[in-house]
Amino acid sequence: MLASEVPTLPRGVRLHFDRVRDTWVLLAPERAVTLDGVGHAILSEVDGHRNFGDITHALAAKFGAPVEQIAKDSSEFMTTLRNRRFLDVT
Amino acid sequence: MMQVPAPIAMLAELTHRCPLSCPYCSNPVELARQENELDTQTWGRVFREAAQLGVLQLHLSGGEPASRRDLTDLVRAARTAGLYTNLITSGIGLTERRLRDLDEAGLDHIQLSLQGTTPEMADEIGGYKGGYARKLQVAHWIGEIGFPLTLNAVLHRRNLHQLPRALEMAQEMGARRIEVATVQFHGWALKNRDGLMPTREQARTASRIVAEARAALKGRLVIDYVPADYHDDFPKRCMGGWGTTGLNVTPDGQVLPCHAAQTIPHLKFDRVQEKSLDDIWYNGSAFQAYRGTDWMQEPCRSCDRKLIDFGGCRCQAMAIVGDASATDPVCVKSPHHGALQTQADAHASQTDAELIYRVSPGQKAEPAS
Repeated sequence: MLASEVPTLPRGVRLHFDRVRDTWVLLAPERAVTLDGVGHAILSEVDGHRNFGDITHALAAKFGAPVEQIAKDSSEFMTTLRNRRFLDVT
Repeated sequence: MMQVPAPIAMLAELTHRCPLSCPYCSNPVELARQENELDTQTWGRVFREAAQLGVLQLHLSGGEPASRRDLTDLVRAARTAGLYTNLITSGIGLTERRLRDLDEAGLDHIQLSLQGTTPEMADEIGGYKGGYARKLQVAHWIGEIGFPLTLNAVLHRRNLHQLPRALEMAQEMGARRIEVATVQFHGWALKNRDGLMPTREQARTASRIVAEARAALKGRLVIDYVPADYHDDFPKRCMGGWGTTGLNVTPDGQVLPCHAAQTIPHLKFDRVQEKSLDDIWYNGSAFQAYRGTDWMQEPCRSCDRKLIDFGGCRCQAMAIVGDASATDPVCVKSPHHGALQTQADAHASQTDAELIYRVSPGQKAEPAS
């Protein structure tokens, strides 16, 4: 992911808190992906406006972690979602 | 005793009525009649019970779910209950107005079935003249409104050569995903094995085309693939594990562990009119019957794959071996595997076999003329 790219959740993909299993999930067409704390934190920053650079800086500040590490982890996670068409990038 | 997980998905068969009469319909041969269908309020209660039980994904299916006049109300009730709503449709019965109402009601996703990539093929298989043209019109409205779309291409010996075109059509329609579904032989398809069984060569070619397309279309079109069953060496993972992942509610309110479970004659099914979904899922005898591994015989019992495929499909073991606890005969370890392979080749060579079309609820099946 490039710092200038803007990730967005396409129509039909949304975050959902699963009360029965006490966890956040990503709901997508005919799929439900269980999110860990990191996955939920990353997707919570995705608003369709801010670019990848802004998002990784916000996460680095929030968790007091090096921005390079955050960018690497977030990029891998988002690429996996992109390949499944659960995330669009503009 | 195993810890029973909550189900993730529910298939709601709203009706068995359908304008199409596909010879591989997964509905049971004994179809539920319209007067026995659950009403709007009861479905709404079932959706709320499902959400409380832990269901996340609701598949609204049939028959043709658009044959229900209250479809929009049902979608609204499901969304209000907190469920992700997926409409599984042939497109027939959907107008632009109805699609816009469904959009307003919160429908999340549409899965559109494809019987063929030409009007001749699609209308012959669906048994409905003009169905293909209508489907393309519906696909256009779906794209205009912006619903996420999955194209479900159902393939068999007569139309497997159309797979490359189906992949193109999915992209032209703007689908994010295509399900390449080789016919599985349950329901009406079991009557049509002579007419529909792919050849071994077709099955191999399809697997190669899918592998190549997955690489070429990565990130653009997701391809889910259900390979030809009888030609495989290992069985499919039955329902992700019987009574662990999903459940199915029939038009008249019976709750099944899988859509074909009624073909296992000794199973008794609870009904949503009489018990809560929670009670049925955790305590119902049909759900307990093949949950976990305690029911297994050899070679499943000592097999290192038993938690991978759970012995394969119980309904297939019933249909072919006559014992629902037997190893799925698709498995190389089944003593019936060789006979099944021979049988599959024999079905696939019946080039002049006539199709037996599905009928409407209440009618009797007859061979097509």
